[in-house]
Amino acid sequence: MDTLVQVLVNGVGKGAVFALLATGFVIIYKATETINFAHGSLVLVAGYVAYEVKSDHGWLLGVVAGVLAAMLFAFLVERVLLANARHAHADSLAILTIGIDVVVVTEISRRLGTAAAPFLGDPYDTKPIHILGASVARTYVVALLVALVLLGAFFLAFRYTSWGLAMRAQSENSEAAALMGIRSWRVTASAWAVGGGLAGIAVIFLATNDIGGGSGLLASHTLAFAAFPAAIIGGLTSPGGAVAGGLIVGLTDALASQYVSLEFAKVAVYLVMLAVLVVRPSGLFGRVEQLRV
Amino acid sequence: MSDTSPPAPATDAVLEPEPSEPVGAVQVRPARSRRTTAVKVVLAAVAAVVVFLAPAYIDAEYLTVANWVMVGAVGGMGLTMLVGQAGQLSLAHSFFALVGGVSYAVLAGPRDEASYTGLGLPSLLAAVLAVLCAGLVGAAFAPISGRLRGIYLGVASLSLVFVGFWLARELPSLAGSTSSGRYAPSLNLFGFDFGELHPELHVLNVPMGKVERSFWLYAALTALAYVLGRGALSGRVGRGWRALRDNEAVATVMGVSVVRQKALAFAVSSAYAGLAGVMVVWWYDGLMKPDESVDFGTYSTTAAISYLAICVIGGLGSLGGAVLGSVVVFGLPQIIQLVTSSDDYSGTGFTPGVITNFVFGSLIVLIILFEPRGLAGLGARLRAVLRR
Repeated sequence: MDTLVQVLVNGVGKGAVFALLATGFVIIYKATETINFAHGSLVLVAGYVAYEVKSDHGWLLGVVAGVLAAMLFAFLVERVLLANARHAHADSLAILTIGIDVVVVTEISRRLGTAAAPFLGDPYDTKPIHILGASVARTYVVALLVALVLLGAFFLAFRYTSWGLAMRAQSENSEAAALMGIRSWRVTASAWAVGGGLAGIAVIFLATNDIGGGSGLLASHTLAFAAFPAAIIGGLTSPGGAVAGGLIVGLTDALASQYVSLEFAKVAVYLVMLAVLVVRPSGLFGRVEQLRV
Repeated sequence: MSDTSPPAPATDAVLEPEPSEPVGAVQVRPARSRRTTAVKVVLAAVAAVVVFLAPAYIDAEYLTVANWVMVGAVGGMGLTMLVGQAGQLSLAHSFFALVGGVSYAVLAGPRDEASYTGLGLPSLLAAVLAVLCAGLVGAAFAPISGRLRGIYLGVASLSLVFVGFWLARELPSLAGSTSSGRYAPSLNLFGFDFGELHPELHVLNVPMGKVERSFWLYAALTALAYVLGRGALSGRVGRGWRALRDNEAVATVMGVSVVRQKALAFAVSSAYAGLAGVMVVWWYDGLMKPDESVDFGTYSTTAAISYLAICVIGGLGSLGGAVLGSVVVFGLPQIIQLVTSSDDYSGTGFTPGVITNFVFGSLIVLIILFEPRGLAGLGARLRAVLRR
């Protein structure tokens, strides 16, 4: 029972982090129809800046700087690169983001070098607390609470602000939205910035001993890869689906690593994704693509 | 991928009318005039002589690089047909290479080893069967590939890399142990051993050892892969794939079986990947060793992305472009390593790997932005300028 509580808290906490990543991923996809293979790079940029600032100015400023850096980086990627390749096919743009990812990962791992792995979860990392008689790592609980607040704010904004309306209108029909006076570039650029910001929050939980393990920041790029299956399971067009997908991935990972093996946990996530895709090729909540001949 | 991919090499002349002609005017040429056939035969003969003599003039270390480039070229040709011609995004190419490599190690491996399964088949037969195995596994992906499209297919195929990584670690008796791997014999073609360490054969007084012999073998395999691929693309199969890429619904109406063509494209592409996997095993002196992490290594997600990078840099859908792309992606790190010597251990230096990643990462970005047809597209532009 204790183990089960522990596993569930771990799974939901980890799932909440994946939900942050997957939601950003889905927002970017909805606004620009681009699969962002560089999502792990957004995570790394935020983590690296946070790590550099943290040593001089403290943890909180570091995190703020990291999040802002990731937002700015994502904004620039959209404005400088994607906006200038508007006529390229969506799949080509996805491959373009792979190029960005390769460059960013290489540069940041070069900068970090073989020195000790940086960690970012100072206030909560490796400090257990007790819930229902089970001892769980505080990181998971904090992650869950932060994700709840942020995602709640995001969904309220998506539903009730003019920004959210503009975004939904554009993803529904971009030409009609443009004719109604919605400035397309503001929607796409802000979507990327939001995606970058959510990734920047996610990294302060990924680059910890509890979730990321011994290799700290560098492992967070690998971990962020799980945003793909999360977004795909939920359906690429559905932000709510991304949250569900994130939780499914987190729970699958935690259950499989506890009851089968750590090695199998990585595969289990992808097996679940394959199973979902075979039954529902557009994910659980994704819009089924209409074909025009 | 429809608007990024060049037309098949063989149909270039038909699909790209000169700018002065009215749109729609199609140049009619006989498929194969006698003169072009003669020119091709002469060129092929010259190429064969060059390949035969090259090991006598080029240092073994550079030949090793060339061999590695040809591994990437064969794999890249397979992927470029799938992504560029049939329009199916796949991130599983390194998985199929793993299938090919493991199959070869199992089929050709000695029978009497205690810890590893081996069937002891003749190496040539084992290589052919390994390629077939990879192709069959690719075809077996059909229930999934037939249902998915675009990016969903890409991410779904990525899961194969994770599955392969896990299986290879779970089954060390097949794939070799993670720490030391297992060894498979080199190719022995009717008594001519490509792994010969004490050669008696000399060309221009230079002994033709393992590396030199592998160079011949790899050049022959690359040429074979190119010719077969070109044959497939210029015929009925290639037309079916392009119809599939441009519009699945239209393809169905035209009588192309979408599911069957997708399965075929995956089968052919993964057979190429399987051949590349067998070539990898030979290149490592017969060593078959599973990766230590799913991110970095010979059969990892990074390798899958490298194969995709080859296709994009070379120009999606272009077989010749895949060879050029492989020079950049597979060749560059090795060449930089040869010409520079690095003694930096802090890990923050600009090592060959770092420089290559910068080069190919930014090349991908620049190519998508400015020349979606890749190096092959640049070549086509150059030809157009010269012809004017």
